Amino acid sequence: MKNYLNKLILIIIFIFPSSILGKDVLLQSTTSTKNSGFYSYILPIFKNETGINVKVVAVGTGQAIRNAKNCDADILIVHAKSDEEAFVENGYGIKRHNLMYNDFVILGPSEDPAEISNSKSAEEALNSISNLEYGFISRGDNSGTHKKEKNLWKNAQIEISYYSGKWYKETGSGMGTTLNIAAELNAYTLSDRATWITFKNKKDLKILFEGDKNLFNQYGAILVNPEKCPYTNVKESKIFLNWLLSKNGQETIQKYKVNGIQLFYPNAN
Amino acid sequence: MEVFLEAFVTAFTLIFNLDAALFEIVGLSLKISVTSLIVASIIGFPIGVFLAITRFSGRSILISIFNSLMGMPPVVVGLIVYLLVSRSGPLGWLEILYTPYAMILAQLFLILPIIISLSTQIFEELHKEYKDFFIIFSVPPKKSVTTYISDSKDSLITIFLAGFGRAVSEVGAVIIVGGNIDHVTRVMTTTIALETSKGDLPLALALGIILLSISLIINVIANRMKIKINKEING
Repeated sequence: MKNYLNKLILIIIFIFPSSILGKDVLLQSTTSTKNSGFYSYILPIFKNETGINVKVVAVGTGQAIRNAKNCDADILIVHAKSDEEAFVENGYGIKRHNLMYNDFVILGPSEDPAEISNSKSAEEALNSISNLEYGFISRGDNSGTHKKEKNLWKNAQIEISYYSGKWYKETGSGMGTTLNIAAELNAYTLSDRATWITFKNKKDLKILFEGDKNLFNQYGAILVNPEKCPYTNVKESKIFLNWLLSKNGQETIQKYKVNGIQLFYPNAN
Repeated sequence: MEVFLEAFVTAFTLIFNLDAALFEIVGLSLKISVTSLIVASIIGFPIGVFLAITRFSGRSILISIFNSLMGMPPVVVGLIVYLLVSRSGPLGWLEILYTPYAMILAQLFLILPIIISLSTQIFEELHKEYKDFFIIFSVPPKKSVTTYISDSKDSLITIFLAGFGRAVSEVGAVIIVGGNIDHVTRVMTTTIALETSKGDLPLALALGIILLSISLIINVIANRMKIKINKEING
């Protein structure tokens, strides 16, 4: 019996060899960067130059940071600056680097019932939606986008949790799922620009408000600290980070376009 | 309605163009689910026989536990397996998180209760018939186990199908422990979830159609085997 079990284990290992061989870099990142095709574009270029394979797990920023705290990452690329700084301060990460940015946009039904397209600021736009009690779909998942959105409501001095379940609906899902729901209910929502541009089920939604400096969306990159996480693959992930921050890596980010539109603006310093 | 039409067109285009990415994903799905099914059968059927032929205190509670585990939400299984194989978990040293092995482990947890519960029922029926015979001829326990398994082949195929169906159609557990990593842990169901979240509903539905077709083909083959086995038994 024991003999058979050994053989079985060997056979199973033989069926899935790829996951045993080689030291890959494990990257925890956001759905916005993955769904926009950014990693399918940049990782093959990196692999071509260095031979290093990077595996991406795309979840919300909140979950990505939590997974990294459990040591299930070598490197983290997310977009919630204060959480990233706390992550480093608590010793989980080595150092936080600015990597690239784009911006958030407020989407809504094309006829714009709350007339937010005339707003002068994001706060004014949210106030118009709130005054009309028109539908607004929130991520509600502690992601970077959700945190940004909660901050915007706070700046607009609206106690948004009071309206949850009424005209303000929290999906607890990723950006794509939330966009599907907003498109179906023809409601307002906040999205990062990259996900919106590449999203295919737009229906009647369109960008109604953009360009406020408060809608700035900064992505940061952090190496996981091997002192906290002994299994971390330090060597290869360091090469990856240095490449992303290098002139070459930043130029590669600069060149990524979908339908002729640049999705991310490199700004490593 | 046009999304359905588009989905069918997409599904056929993918299949007839022998789309490499599609075949990779389908192949990985099948490999993972078949592996977990085999492992679950090797562990599950002997436990099923054991529960069917022995009597001990706590036996009925154990059977009830396995029965209720059949309804375990996959996402809970995913979470448990994640906590086990996370680098900070007790099995972290194995380094199998975000690999097919973690997915096999999760599917194992999902289908083992099905295999144990359903096979216990079948073997219990058989045991009623064979019990006296085995006692009279003093058949050794090991031999009786193999006899029970080989004499209920046709019913076991149904159990296989139930287990396979649960394993291959499940998304909540494998997306947590597999991470849906391209070329490594991306299977049919996680691809469907991903394409849905990208808003590409026709492609997502097309993949659903393909998954359903594969299930159908496997079921047809299994039913043929069942008919053949029944013919052999009935002469």
